[in-house]
Amino acid sequence: MSVTKPSSQGLRAWLLADTPTSRRHAKLSVVYQSWLSFKGNHMAMFGLGILLFLVVIAAAAPLLAPQDPFIQDLSERLLPPGSEGYILGSDSLGRDILSRLLYGSRITLYIVTLVAIIAPIAGLFVGTVAGYAGGWADVILMRITDIFLAFPRLVLALAFVAALGAGIENAVLAISLTAWPPYARIARAETLTIRGSDYINAVRLQGAGPLRIITKHIWPLCISSLVVRVTLDMAGIILAAAGLGFLGLGAQPPSPEWGAMISEGRKFILDHWWVATMPGLAIFTVSLAFNLLGDGLRDVLDPKEGKS
Amino acid sequence: MSNLLDIENLWVKFPTRNGIFDAVRGVSFSLGKERLGIVGESGSGKSMTGRAILRLIRSPGMVTADKLDLEGVDLLGRSEKEMRGVRGKQISMIMQDPKFSLNPVMRVGQQISEAYRLHAKVSKSEAKRKSIEMLEAVAIRDPERVYNMYPHEVSGGMGQRIMIAMMLIPDPKIMIADEPTSALDVSVQMQVLEIMDKLVKDRGMGLIFISHDLNLVSSFCDRVLIMYAGRVVETLAADKLHEAQHPYTQGLLNSLPRLDAPKDRLQVLQRDPAWADEPSVSA
Amino acid sequence: MSEILIEDLNVWFGEYEERVDAVKGASLSVSKGGSFGLVGESGSGKSTILRAIMGLAPTWDGRMEVSGEPLGPKRSRTFYRKVQMVFQDPYASLHPRHSVDQVLSETLSLHGFKDIDTRITKLLDDVGLGPSFRFRYPHQLSGGQRQRVAIARALAPEPEVLLLDEPTSALDVSVQAEILNLLTDLRDEHSLTYLMVSHDLAVVGHICSDIAVMQLGEIVETLTIDDMRAMRTQHSYTKHLLESSLLGAKLA
Repeated sequence: MSVTKPSSQGLRAWLLADTPTSRRHAKLSVVYQSWLSFKGNHMAMFGLGILLFLVVIAAAAPLLAPQDPFIQDLSERLLPPGSEGYILGSDSLGRDILSRLLYGSRITLYIVTLVAIIAPIAGLFVGTVAGYAGGWADVILMRITDIFLAFPRLVLALAFVAALGAGIENAVLAISLTAWPPYARIARAETLTIRGSDYINAVRLQGAGPLRIITKHIWPLCISSLVVRVTLDMAGIILAAAGLGFLGLGAQPPSPEWGAMISEGRKFILDHWWVATMPGLAIFTVSLAFNLLGDGLRDVLDPKEGKS
Repeated sequence: MSNLLDIENLWVKFPTRNGIFDAVRGVSFSLGKERLGIVGESGSGKSMTGRAILRLIRSPGMVTADKLDLEGVDLLGRSEKEMRGVRGKQISMIMQDPKFSLNPVMRVGQQISEAYRLHAKVSKSEAKRKSIEMLEAVAIRDPERVYNMYPHEVSGGMGQRIMIAMMLIPDPKIMIADEPTSALDVSVQMQVLEIMDKLVKDRGMGLIFISHDLNLVSSFCDRVLIMYAGRVVETLAADKLHEAQHPYTQGLLNSLPRLDAPKDRLQVLQRDPAWADEPSVSA
Repeated sequence: MSEILIEDLNVWFGEYEERVDAVKGASLSVSKGGSFGLVGESGSGKSTILRAIMGLAPTWDGRMEVSGEPLGPKRSRTFYRKVQMVFQDPYASLHPRHSVDQVLSETLSLHGFKDIDTRITKLLDDVGLGPSFRFRYPHQLSGGQRQRVAIARALAPEPEVLLLDEPTSALDVSVQAEILNLLTDLRDEHSLTYLMVSHDLAVVGHICSDIAVMQLGEIVETLTIDDMRAMRTQHSYTKHLLESSLLGAKLA
């Protein structure tokens, strides 16, 4: 039943076809056209490139790192960038900064992925249910959201550390718990707008219940703004994790978490600037990449924007 | 008699993923001190024509014409700065829904005054006085009170009349009205049209009335252009509409349900692809 | 026996000082197989009556009956198998992320039909759209095509009554003619009862045999279409509406 897909010209034409011939065809067509829109935004592609690069180096860290990130060699401490064997220099314990950055990228990715999954999903649930149900459910859920929103991230993290001990997982938990409320608000606002639309009314008139409406009709429309918001928030999340690491509440030494590396390099910043600056540049680059990606995604996914 | 507007071979093109899309294809017409109607369905290019005249089409859209003259002076070659002196002052435009064309956070009187002061160096109080005068001219009772209202506080018909006041206050030579009554109730439509008619006549202006409603345009205008797929397929005097020759015009007329002439089935317009390829009729 | 009976219906929004009465004391009756038109200008309450019947109006009192069964605060699925609605704006009545196929298969499965594929093909055929439209998304459809999909969706549960809320006012003139013809054809094929809302007297005149004229929430007059054509109107507002709409159609 499906049309054959011969040459690449044919494939492109098939994907751009005005009249899809099957469900799969239709979905692939939509994805492809969105990809084409996204590709046109050069800055966003640049951001995507950096992030893909990050994933690659995190995966290949053992292969790429010139040295073991944990081995200390006090005779090689505080070497400037460009030194033999220490391209980006070495830190106060003689560990190669480049290797530590490479392994640290895994931790960054770990934090970012966990938070990016937990916070928006929790926010989506709470926001859409509150927005669709209205009444008491809305009031209660939104007040709970407000309570979490009121917590300063670091204070909550301190509380967690006091209760559960320091560590990456607890840092991630603390960040997620303070990151989900804005998503709930966004999801709720979108739901309130969508709720009264004719297409929602139409499906109610077919006897659809709230569960189906929320999951199949409202979520697909909320997801794009959440995705955009998540990517734009990534920078903040990385910085929050770095901040916790800086305070010693996140990753514990000798873990090569980038924020912790900045903290360790603080003492040496005047004479040995590279110890703190290199991880700082890494954080900056990844944050920038997420921002650019988020911008590009918004242009593609935002349903309000009507480009022809 | 020199014309207010002379347009020859106007083209408006947009680059898209699938090639170049021609929204307006070789349209030519002249406008004197008369009421010219441009009728077409969605996608016919009628709104694009109006916007092209005012050079409101931004890149990547491309506008070309052999001639686009306002009282003999070329419009196409003017810089954006010069066009700002044209828009509002010499040619103004009224759009469909005052909900979307009035600034929702500014009082309406202020918007009218601002429009006036853009083109005339007068004091605020003089502008206010003139604005209130304009509000009276568009048959708004109690203009002082309406001056201080916000757009959401006025009805559709009143909002449109406020737009007319705003657009006519700089005393332009030509008004382009793009579906000005489509968002209004039937009884209000008549009222707004009467006001437009009176003001245009009194000031000796030219009017371009763009609409999808053939009947409305023919009862209101002196001449009618019918557009299809970016081209002008026919041009007629408004009172001769029933003598239309082109099958598209005839099809449009016959596909309308008539209260006084009941039919079992309405005639469905059979689109002939040849219509899109014919050269544009010059008007 | 009437298929739709409304007696002394009041619909309002908000409470106490903020209360807005959208419909006041409306009564009408639509016979089985008949086509009834509700005309009026914006704010007259005509669409609100349709929504009240469908269960989309928040607060109302009075009496509403369909096929002799009184309607309460909620509507059941059996009701929705019998009575369906087509909305005004084809650009707003289809979910932007769902293809035509998804819209129709969801509707069919909600009503418990099993032979979804055959039914979808037949529905698309009935509304004049070929199978090539089946997997398109709304942004790949024109206004008229979207409205056909909306009509197909309304027909999917095989209803007996169709409520039409200004079904052609957002469409081009030539497309309107096609949709109006489609509606009359479907009515004859499926023996449907129509209750249509419009501000356009000519459109109502084409489809309906009886008309109720509404102004500011009240039904000011009910008359047959023949009376309307012969200008045998009683209420001044009806006369005014008639004159305004005929004014725009002066062509011989």
